[in-house]
Amino acid sequence: MVTLSKEIKNLHHIREKIKNKQAKRQVRICATGCRALGALDIYETFKKELKEAKLQKEIALIKTGCQGFCSGAPLVSIDPDNLLYVCLKKEDVREIVNTTLIGKKPIERLFCRDKKKPVIDRSKIPFFSYQKRLILTRCGYIDPTNLDDALAHGAYEVLEKVLTSMDPEAVIEKIKKSGLRGRGGAGFLTGLKWGYAHSAQGSEKYLICNADEGDPGAFMDRALLEGDPHMVLEGIVIAAYAIGACKGYIYVRAEYPIAIEHLKIAIEQAEKYKLVGKNILGTGFNFEIKIKQGAGAFVCGEETALISSIEGRRGQPRPRPPFPTESGLWGKPTTINNVETLANIPVILKIGANEYAKLGTKKSKGTKIFALAGKVNNTGLIEVPMGITLRELVEDIGGGIPNGKRFKAAQIGGPSGGCVPAQFLDKPIDYESVKEMGAIMGSGGLIILDETVCMVEIARYFMEFCVKESCGKCPPCRIGTTRMLDILERICGGKAEMKDIPRLEELALQVKKNSLCGLGQTAPNPVLSTLRHFRDEYIERIKLKKKTRRGKPII
Amino acid sequence: MTKALKQEGIDLSFMSKIVSTHVPFSREDLIGSLQETQDHYGYLPEEVMDKLAELTSTPVALIYGIATFYSQFHLKPHGKYAIKLCRGTACHVKEAPKISSAISSHLGIKDGETTNDMLFSLESVACLGTCFLSPVMLIGDQYYGKLTPESAIEVLENIAKENKAK
Repeated sequence: MVTLSKEIKNLHHIREKIKNKQAKRQVRICATGCRALGALDIYETFKKELKEAKLQKEIALIKTGCQGFCSGAPLVSIDPDNLLYVCLKKEDVREIVNTTLIGKKPIERLFCRDKKKPVIDRSKIPFFSYQKRLILTRCGYIDPTNLDDALAHGAYEVLEKVLTSMDPEAVIEKIKKSGLRGRGGAGFLTGLKWGYAHSAQGSEKYLICNADEGDPGAFMDRALLEGDPHMVLEGIVIAAYAIGACKGYIYVRAEYPIAIEHLKIAIEQAEKYKLVGKNILGTGFNFEIKIKQGAGAFVCGEETALISSIEGRRGQPRPRPPFPTESGLWGKPTTINNVETLANIPVILKIGANEYAKLGTKKSKGTKIFALAGKVNNTGLIEVPMGITLRELVEDIGGGIPNGKRFKAAQIGGPSGGCVPAQFLDKPIDYESVKEMGAIMGSGGLIILDETVCMVEIARYFMEFCVKESCGKCPPCRIGTTRMLDILERICGGKAEMKDIPRLEELALQVKKNSLCGLGQTAPNPVLSTLRHFRDEYIERIKLKKKTRRGKPII
Repeated sequence: MTKALKQEGIDLSFMSKIVSTHVPFSREDLIGSLQETQDHYGYLPEEVMDKLAELTSTPVALIYGIATFYSQFHLKPHGKYAIKLCRGTACHVKEAPKISSAISSHLGIKDGETTNDMLFSLESVACLGTCFLSPVMLIGDQYYGKLTPESAIEVLENIAKENKAK
């Protein structure tokens, strides 16, 4: 029998204490995403009403992170009743307290609707029932600013197990076996990367958590960091232990103030409980973590540019090899993992690599978090098994396209991705299949486009983005993307000729082939994928020489 | 928001304060220091960058290089209310460009500019990560979602009115 350190005993003690202290009924209010639509006002009103009804001790009022169903914002869920009330106003709060919390009766008017019918049981709402929430299990359920709440729901149990009973090689072996691939975009095998980092020479190694989620249309990492920062932090400490890193950074976009705030609180609290810092849980393992705020440069999501930025320089990439696992931050071996990848780690080690690998497809294991947005009824944050079809995502979870319009394409992977047309609706989604369809998995931004959207205009939009964000270091990207934008603007402005299409295609392939980093190499993807699937729209625009398509104004 | 900016000249004492919180000062602290500096002055005045260079023995060119590379940094004074208009994909397909042009013509400024009365500045940002609110803008720490050109202008008019009442 191993003797437990006093830090671990303390952790067990806290867990027990909190479990016994939990209120029987809980009202959970999303206070991150829904904040924009007045969730904090609703929280304050609840607080006041519960106090007036003298219920503040019996009913726990919890400010949570994103609960996923963003199109119902602001929303509250009530447990154990399994109720979800959506699109709330301050005026609804008193009725909820009186009818539901005191009278124990649901209020049909506030239910979420599926095909116009109200759904009483939250777990039966199609938006939730098609999901498999493993990584997001605590996101939207716990109070992200309270470590005790996270501990009561299983946070850091895996870390404790790893540090007391596993050596780093065993951890890496498990991750390899799980088949986990990097969720940042490229889909490199995480276990393999860790293996390289572990065997890299040098006593000082670094771990970086890439939270520079720059793809327009992606908010998975933001939601995770805001809603359950401890899941990410636990993954970070385990990763550091596996590769032998003593110091780490979390590089977060400055555009995510709530995520930064919640991370800061999480780290502070975790340090107090000896879950990060010196002599973690009394096991002798040291790992210090720092937050670095980005300063608004999309290219910093590229790993070598990110390293430059942490070192205090312009965020410009450099050629690889050497790969960061050999020579990264300050020339030392550095492993860079994405937020979602790291949040997968505790889950894999908890349910077991074999169990995890049962989820998904042959080459893409586990679940994937998507940010569902655009022209779809249910926008929000979803977690689904790899291999789900686009149709299930759009029609079942997303609830279809608003205003009776037809689905035209799904934009997957942001400016590095592409547009997947309707003919692929029934193809299972994984890293390989998405590539075949002309897009990339990317970080998981999924924008649904309906029939009113012009695909040439979408290609122009992404190219404009890439021109603005190109760091300027290598000419293929700096000049190539600018010239591509010129051609696209000519087409959209009705001033192009037919020869512009092969010109555009040729240029796109050159930029893809010759650019230095991922930004330039993938920047032509939106153009190439729309040329492949919607070439007739390009031709039509050029022939019509007008700014409108089929008589409709173009966005 | 601009706090310490004086009309006649700029108080540089804040710079020594910043540098003193990073001892010894390393390259790694540079971007963070510039962020703190901008939080304080509202933008990065030339004198301030010179002072930082002097205090930390860093070439001015290097500091200027960073300040112009990252879109977060401004070299000109910013309006009291910075309108961050999202140009993410979800906002774009939900007609964000129309909102941008409505705001531009209402305030008489282009993207990246500030109104003459220093009340508003307009900048379009990559993605605010609040796609379910699209189209959306952020003013201070308040998000305004599901905008129409009319509602966006109404928000600005209300802010201007409130500001006048103060």
